[in-house]
Amino acid sequence: MINFQYLRASVVKIALSLVSKDPKATFIAGGTNLIDLMKRGVTAPEKLIDINKLPLAQIELKNNVLHIGAMVSNSALAEDSIVKEQFPLLALALQSGASAQLRNVATVGGNMMQRTRCGYFYDTTMPCNKRQPGTGCGAIGGYNRMHAIFGTSESCIAVHPSDMCVGLVALDAQVVIANAKGERKISFADFHRLPGSTPEKDNNLQKGELIVRLEIPTNNLYKNFHYLKVRDRSSYAFALVSVAAALEISQGIIKNARLAMGGVAHKPWRLVEAENFLKGKTANASNFEDAARIAMYGAKGFGENDFKLKLAPNSIIEALTVAKAKA
Amino acid sequence: MNFFVDENDRVDGIDKVTGKAKYFAEYQLPGLTYGVLVTSSITKGKITGIDTKAAKNAPGVLDVLSHLNKPVAPGYEQAGGSPMKIFYTDEIFFNGQPIALVVADSFERATYAASLVKVSYEKSAFNTDFVKSINNPSAKKLQGQPPYVRGTADAYKTAEVKIEQIYTMPIETHNPMELHGIIADWRTNDQVTVYAKTQGVKAAQATIANVFKIPQENIQVKSEFVGGGFGMALKTWPVEIATVMASKHLKRPVKLVITRDQMFTMVGNRPSAYQKVGLGATKDGKITGITHTAFGQTSVYENFTEGVVNMTKFMYDSDNVNTNYYVVPLDLSVPIWMRGPGEATGAFALESAIDEMAHALDMDPLEFRMKNDPEQDPQKKLPFSSKNIKEAYKLGSAKVGWSNRKNKPGSITEGAWQIGYGVSIGVFNASRGRATVKGILKADGTLVLQSATSDIGPGTGTGMVLIASKLMNIPVEKISFELGDSSLPPAPSQGGSTTLSTVGTAVNDVCVSLKSTIAELAANANMSTTANFVEVLKKNNLPMIEVTKQSQANQQGKEYSMYSFSIHFVQVKVHKLTGVVKVSKIVSVGDSGKIISPKTARSQMVGGAVGGIGMALTEEALLDNRYGKYVNNNFADYHVPVHADVPEIDVIFIDKPDYIVNPMGAKGMGEIALIGFAGAVANAVFNATGKRIRSLPITPDKVLEA
Repeated sequence: MINFQYLRASVVKIALSLVSKDPKATFIAGGTNLIDLMKRGVTAPEKLIDINKLPLAQIELKNNVLHIGAMVSNSALAEDSIVKEQFPLLALALQSGASAQLRNVATVGGNMMQRTRCGYFYDTTMPCNKRQPGTGCGAIGGYNRMHAIFGTSESCIAVHPSDMCVGLVALDAQVVIANAKGERKISFADFHRLPGSTPEKDNNLQKGELIVRLEIPTNNLYKNFHYLKVRDRSSYAFALVSVAAALEISQGIIKNARLAMGGVAHKPWRLVEAENFLKGKTANASNFEDAARIAMYGAKGFGENDFKLKLAPNSIIEALTVAKAKA
Repeated sequence: MNFFVDENDRVDGIDKVTGKAKYFAEYQLPGLTYGVLVTSSITKGKITGIDTKAAKNAPGVLDVLSHLNKPVAPGYEQAGGSPMKIFYTDEIFFNGQPIALVVADSFERATYAASLVKVSYEKSAFNTDFVKSINNPSAKKLQGQPPYVRGTADAYKTAEVKIEQIYTMPIETHNPMELHGIIADWRTNDQVTVYAKTQGVKAAQATIANVFKIPQENIQVKSEFVGGGFGMALKTWPVEIATVMASKHLKRPVKLVITRDQMFTMVGNRPSAYQKVGLGATKDGKITGITHTAFGQTSVYENFTEGVVNMTKFMYDSDNVNTNYYVVPLDLSVPIWMRGPGEATGAFALESAIDEMAHALDMDPLEFRMKNDPEQDPQKKLPFSSKNIKEAYKLGSAKVGWSNRKNKPGSITEGAWQIGYGVSIGVFNASRGRATVKGILKADGTLVLQSATSDIGPGTGTGMVLIASKLMNIPVEKISFELGDSSLPPAPSQGGSTTLSTVGTAVNDVCVSLKSTIAELAANANMSTTANFVEVLKKNNLPMIEVTKQSQANQQGKEYSMYSFSIHFVQVKVHKLTGVVKVSKIVSVGDSGKIISPKTARSQMVGGAVGGIGMALTEEALLDNRYGKYVNNNFADYHVPVHADVPEIDVIFIDKPDYIVNPMGAKGMGEIALIGFAGAVANAVFNATGKRIRSLPITPDKVLEA
């Protein structure tokens, strides 16, 4: 057996120092993805730093900003009364993810850090640039029905599997990261990366850094919203395409719009141009269709996932239609 | 414990939900060791070397078995025998083939040591691409069943109205929750005890005896509880033989539980299928010709065939029918029957084509089926022992609300959803074999019945106890049925919907015999012939009486055609923009004679419908043919239906006895619960949308792109 070390930290500072000193150390929270990766031989950490005891499980509304501790479980966040009332899009996205059992142990930080579910990534006998840089991409020319249509590179077409992150990127969340020097804050949209030539890097978190909190400004997007997840079965399946949509509508006119997609890129995919198009327009079918068309600029299929070029815009239209009807 | 058992409850239900029921992997034997398999990372070729040095030196490791230290299996030295001789040669037939077994004192240590085994290969070119092979004339194809012709071949081609279509299905895997495996305990004097997950303890015993050339009576196979089989446990697989080898070699009990990904390569699958159906009819809806050509996948090292085209030969009244069935050998592991087996595959194609023809004729598909429903079996030219299809149509269509259906597709809309209704028939042999049951009637008022049959979930014990309870007029809680042990009186494996009919008949015969013995004893003691058996035994100073009876396969096959039937009705909702299909209503009607155990029978039908949703909408084992490997070999990516995919299921039974088949009047129903279901869903999707999806599973992308 690979006898890895297991340590439990109850203070952020100590957790950080334990990981930053040791190149083969890693944090473990809910472990819903990391344990799978270890079992499959995709990763073999020599030291696990359990961060479940860190005091990061609070949800608080302060000065019109929602603070979510990184150790809040997915189910606790989805069921929180403030989240349900003021950020229902996030609650809906969370409930679309995984299964009830997984949501009970999966944390907010862990959800952001989960790796792709690409089959080639998990099979250590197959080529995968994300697992083993330089071995090639198994999915290009192979089974790629679940794969990306936006922001792909020659080295990787994997998608980020999270639903929660799609909701968060639509809500302009900020990520607060702790490191040896203190804390830094980046926008959620900049947290995850596109694969480029370094697909082994999923995000911009540096070694020795830890996600401690998310901050979401309050908004007027809690009335007309929808999270649509299109998948092969009704639960416990990753998205073929998912859409987070939220509109602020006043007298039929869209004041503010948020749109993001999951299952289409290496990161949660925010659709800023489509949002900008919708602002100031009438909330109607033809504008939704135009927004969906704009959202698809630059999309590219890889054979088995070509259907997403049709499914994605259709899903945007459907999500916007349901969001509008909610009032 | 003495709890109330309703006649509808499973006799072992409490044991199962409280954890008292012991499954094979739960047996703790002194000195138990653990086996973990090393598998081939290439798809075809030869092993040129296995370096086991590091593995053998790893902590806790007892030994590493492979073809290099070929363990003794005298049966392997004979010609024929087991087609896949494990650890026998250096040949690789498929990716993931077991090539070595590491045995250690813990599962974790064996797992780690297995990762240290280094294998070198000489690779050869391989082919795992089923559809490509069918379209490649030079690819090998074997006749899977003799061609069948009634009347004129290909008569559909000259019909007034004709349909000619291709229907495809992917590989499906059984994947019961319980992983496959075995515990083997080979002791001195070649005495062997095996704790197995099997649908046939006697078959497992015979297989082990054949390979190791020891007397069957030296081997005891126990398999009282099975966590799902669906057909995959009908065979004693090479990895089980390997575990017995290891136990013999190490003189220690060895346990093997394979991993979820190994469940895709080591224990069979439902083969992918490619089927062409030609259907001809007159303008007023009389079928004039059916041509069904099917291709299934098999392996290069062992052939597998099943009844894909059987149903086509007799289900509909047509003077002209011809079928052909081929198998395509690929560099993949060998398939095995999966619930409904080939008949479920064939029914999807035939019942889709029937629906396509009804649409072409602008007829209600029910009316079209009724019009072509034969009075007698047109293949065997014999009357059916019983067949109540017309009644089943009537009851099922009323329950599902068939009158709401519009013949024109795409007529019913509910917001963004299109609503459709579909129907399909399922049919399977109602055969009966030979089984032996021993009955022990005791003066304490209890009856013990014994037979080496299995229960993979249908409720075998429950059914047998209910048969005996009714015949003997003894309450169910006083009767026990012992099964799953090869030392009990012999019975066939549990498969092909035969257990209730086969073993039930022997139970019936035992009960009849016990009753007459009691009557004789009563007469001898000058008691009334209706005296309670407890009093009779006491009066005769007998603690118990024993009777053993062997039932025989029924001989009525020369005079009657015997089948069980099902009709599945579904309502689906299809999302206009996303192509998502939801089954929103299910009515499954079973026409399988007298229902012995209503609760477990209903559960069978419900399980079949859930499996049918999987076949229709979600299940597909995906291969990357460049590597010959599965890419979704886990429960997250191989989609079996979840609760949210399953609506409430209405089950209706015709419940009319068929005493031609057996004395209980009951016919098997494990297969018909699934057969036809996927066709009903595909037909409903067409009715909802006007899109005919001829390739399973019907995933959102296929609907969207159609």
